[in-house]
Amino acid sequence: MVEITSPRFKQNAAGALADEQLQKAMNNVRSKFIDKRREAAEALPEFEALRDRAKAIKDHTLDHLDLYLEAYEKKVVETGGFVHWAQTAAEARGIVLDICRMANARTVTKGKSMITEEIGLNGFLETMGIRPVETDLGEYIIQLRGEHPSHIIAPAVHLTKEQVEEDFRRVHDHLPADRDLTEPEALLGEARKVLRAEYFNADVGITGANFLVAETGSSIIVTNEGNGDLTQILPRVHIVVASIEKIVPTLEDASQILRVLARSATGQEMSTYTTVSTGPRRNGDVDGPESYHVILLDNGRSAMLGTEFQEMLRCIRCGACMNHCPVYHSVGGHAYGWVYPGPLGAVLTPSLIGVEKGGHLPNASTFCGRCESVCPMRIPLPKMMRHWREREFERGLNPATQRYGLRLWAFFARHPDLYRAVTGTVVPLLSLMAPKSGRFGWLPLAGGWTRHRDLPAPEKRTFMQQLRDREAVSRQAAA
Amino acid sequence: MSARETILRKVRASLDAERNAEQRAETVAERLARAPRGLIPARGKLPQEERIALFCAHLTKLAATWRRVGSADEVPEAVATYLRERNLPASFRMGSDKRLADLPWSGQRSLEIRTGPSDGTDEVGLSHANSGIAETGTLVMLSGAGNPTTINFLPEHHIVVVEAGRIDGDLETAVGRVRRRFGRGGMPRTVNFISGPSRSGDIEQKIILGAHGPRALHVIVVG
Repeated sequence: MVEITSPRFKQNAAGALADEQLQKAMNNVRSKFIDKRREAAEALPEFEALRDRAKAIKDHTLDHLDLYLEAYEKKVVETGGFVHWAQTAAEARGIVLDICRMANARTVTKGKSMITEEIGLNGFLETMGIRPVETDLGEYIIQLRGEHPSHIIAPAVHLTKEQVEEDFRRVHDHLPADRDLTEPEALLGEARKVLRAEYFNADVGITGANFLVAETGSSIIVTNEGNGDLTQILPRVHIVVASIEKIVPTLEDASQILRVLARSATGQEMSTYTTVSTGPRRNGDVDGPESYHVILLDNGRSAMLGTEFQEMLRCIRCGACMNHCPVYHSVGGHAYGWVYPGPLGAVLTPSLIGVEKGGHLPNASTFCGRCESVCPMRIPLPKMMRHWREREFERGLNPATQRYGLRLWAFFARHPDLYRAVTGTVVPLLSLMAPKSGRFGWLPLAGGWTRHRDLPAPEKRTFMQQLRDREAVSRQAAA
Repeated sequence: MSARETILRKVRASLDAERNAEQRAETVAERLARAPRGLIPARGKLPQEERIALFCAHLTKLAATWRRVGSADEVPEAVATYLRERNLPASFRMGSDKRLADLPWSGQRSLEIRTGPSDGTDEVGLSHANSGIAETGTLVMLSGAGNPTTINFLPEHHIVVVEAGRIDGDLETAVGRVRRRFGRGGMPRTVNFISGPSRSGDIEQKIILGAHGPRALHVIVVG
């Protein structure tokens, strides 16, 4: 299983902020993703309307999920494929293992898939004597390093090319030591050569799915490298692992969502490869897998339906929320401590592993709202983080000082006259004490804040004091 | 109770599916049968010549190359020229698709043609697209006896023939073609929507062409 370090989010974040390599690598995320998405969205006048359509399609599907799942299953079976249902990560791993054993598999190639990260598939297969080989360049790099993805669509975004070079020299020790690996082109070329052999060598290919289409029983993957395709057409067996909310009714519905997916993710109008796979190879086909299996995983999704977190199941995993998140920009993906980082992880992680373990994540937000404003599926991420904060408070999971502080604040909030009296005294005092810069670098009782940033000094008078003054002036003017 | 039953039971309970059971079933059956088209962007609704021009402009933007020829008979010469101009060996791989097999290859005697699926040793592959999509510069490839999917991915250079008259404006029209050919709910094993040569941005966000699929994509538009 993936080790869960979400409960140590604060320590993780402090470590990430002090990590120079990471901060250098994260510079690429802070600008490129944002610019590309904006350009793509601006180039399509219908983009906002398509977001509405995409949202409506997923809402409709989730409201009828049981029926679409049944319709999908029926079509997969009709086209010669197998559907397996798994309630938990352990069940899904067991099904993958059974299929691999039936195929006498020694090596499996893998297309990029977050769901197999969620179920901790690689580590499990290794302990069972089966060698999993990640084929997406970013996934391959982090597999060599024994790490997990730090971003859902750019798994190695936390690394610099120098770090990748070091890993390639360490692992590809059969290649000449004096080869030039300074540029990304050379690194990619080397990975391409090494992985080509693996595709032909593999007995089973495992991919995730961006969509499952009920109308046709098809799975769809969206990629740029072509590795997901080689993973599924060269081995004898193709296994698709997908969670139940990946369903859409028809190919037309998938088409609508595809228009917002790539634009939101990488800023492409369409990813290089959108592949629709239906069943095993047909009579007369000269290539393609001989058998096709789909594992439908619940792992906590059904419990989100009908709750305030249902809307999270619209997520199409484009990554736009983390690309635009100031917290993600600062600490990177690993600090979040489980599979899904960024705002989507802040909502999904407590849902899937429990608020006891994931409770810090919905607190790691400034509520700036950028994630919601760019989410192609219009998921109200900040609102859902707030729901988690409420649940955390209700269960008494946050520290006593915080709870005491909130109670104190709530008391004053319910007694406005008292509140005004206190702030009316403290605010002018703080203003008087303020350094020339107008910012406090240190303040008693506010160390948690001032350790990492300055506290802006308040104006001389509170908002209510100023309002009263202005009202008095306008009353006089009117009189 | 099986995992299947448990999951479906939980989903139904969460959605309160017992209420309006009949109406829900009807809604779903209707949607699957009718497959309503959603919103089609204006750029997907251009007249034919503008559509073809948009398709080609997108190919260029995607770092693919293209050439338009007057008729299918000119395809062998166009293939030979592409190979010569890039100093590639005069040989390639293609499927047994009649639309390719019936072309006048005898005019290009020096070309060595291998047929069947690719085994990974081919430098160049030739395929015939089912259709093209103007709004994104996308090629639609259907797998089948004469159209191996391996040719779309294993060769370094992928040359694709597409008929100008089959360049549609939008994705939904291309999907409609597949549905008409295979019947409602029917599909070939693999449909590849291909938009440009393969690429990766996984190292420091720098886009590099030629990841695991072809490094170069060349499209021959016929007609």
